[in-house]
Amino acid sequence: MLTITSIKKGIVIDHIKAGTGIKIFHNLNLDKADYKVALIMNVPSKKMGKKDIIKIENEIDIDYAVLGLIDPNITVNIIEDEKITEKRNLQLPERVINIIKCKNPRCITSVEKYINHEFYLSNKSKGEYRCIYCDEVYSVQEN
Amino acid sequence: MAKMPIIDFHKLMMVFLLGGDKMLKGRHLLDPSDFSIEELSEIFDLADSIINDPVSFSEKCKGKILATLFYEPSTRTRFSFEAAMLRLGGQVIGFSEPNSSSVAKGESIADTIRTIACYADIAVMRNPKEGAPRIASMYSSIPVINAGDGGHQHPTQTLTDLLTIRSVKNSLENLTVGCCGDLKFGRTIHSLIKALGRYKNNSFILISPKELKVPEYILNEVLIKNNIQFKQVEKLEDVISQLDILYMTRVQRERFFNEEDYIRLKDSYILDNEKIKNARQDMIVLHPLPRVNEIAYEIDNDPRAFYFKQAKYGMYVRMALIMKLLGVD
Repeated sequence: MLTITSIKKGIVIDHIKAGTGIKIFHNLNLDKADYKVALIMNVPSKKMGKKDIIKIENEIDIDYAVLGLIDPNITVNIIEDEKITEKRNLQLPERVINIIKCKNPRCITSVEKYINHEFYLSNKSKGEYRCIYCDEVYSVQEN
Repeated sequence: MAKMPIIDFHKLMMVFLLGGDKMLKGRHLLDPSDFSIEELSEIFDLADSIINDPVSFSEKCKGKILATLFYEPSTRTRFSFEAAMLRLGGQVIGFSEPNSSSVAKGESIADTIRTIACYADIAVMRNPKEGAPRIASMYSSIPVINAGDGGHQHPTQTLTDLLTIRSVKNSLENLTVGCCGDLKFGRTIHSLIKALGRYKNNSFILISPKELKVPEYILNEVLIKNNIQFKQVEKLEDVISQLDILYMTRVQRERFFNEEDYIRLKDSYILDNEKIKNARQDMIVLHPLPRVNEIAYEIDNDPRAFYFKQAKYGMYVRMALIMKLLGVD
């Protein structure tokens, strides 16, 4: 039986789609953390079948745009004194700047390196973004 | 392009102070949907006035300079813009291919436009990279017009098409529009569908081989989403009698997956006397030009052939656009 103790003060990122926890782990640079961090994969879940969970024993600034982009269905729980003091449901951010890169080789961002890679949410239900320069689609589901 | 709505307080103030007039002054044109239907009407109304009395506009831009920044060759669009500015009494500077400019030394678009803005009052940019004019607009203190950015947008072609249709049909509503040829890669067609889809009761008949159909996102995000009637067919002769407008584009052999389909369908996308005989007398034939073989030369003398007049409307609409963006009307 795998046991991971609860945390006193920190953050629990819950309801992560099974298999994508590692992506979030790396995006939040948790592999370089000098505090206690746990990535728990394939945890049984009534709602999801199985899920990933990340527990962070520290106060860190979470980039909610990055998290929302990776998986808008995840929940972020803020923990104080071993209790959840705040529950945040994420959603897809309207604008995404310098998180994803445009893959269109004809896009001007492939040449002019000084500009931001910027996307706007073009279809919320499909989780689709478009590059503000060339309109190339970035699908959250496919990435 | 459906961007996040941003409240432009300067623009709101201008509406309040000027009652909507001069709203286009200082703006950029990057995408055909940058302007509202009302703003487009303003441009078309001015173009009509120019058409009716071009001489009275021949000094409207005296003392003004248009910069043409053409990062790839284009005779037609560049000449149209240059002719437009010269006919308004203005002058033109610029380059027609990047090797003859500082661009060859590796200058960024941001730096080029900021320098050009010191010399010129308005800039036109064509660039093979998609989104290049948007970057220029972000760094520019003068209006930037997109004259084509790769396969992405070519808004003044759309303005040309709309002015032509409005002038000939006296309306941009209640039209059955046939789009024929390469509907997959043709940005002109995508922009035209988006633009005409904003007006009431237009319907579309999309005529193409199955390999070159209108992309799904245009169907979903423009036609289906806005309840615009359309149908997709493979043969022009089956539907030509229903059309108010026939917009022809070129079908290239290399776009086909197999030679058999190309041979089977290629003649369906060439307009000739045989096919046009079933069309209505008031139908008009449009084409963005240059044509290769998709419209037989015998059609040129048909009163329904409007593609060369369309090129002239293109110059007039660019004259009106330059005046509006400079605020000199």
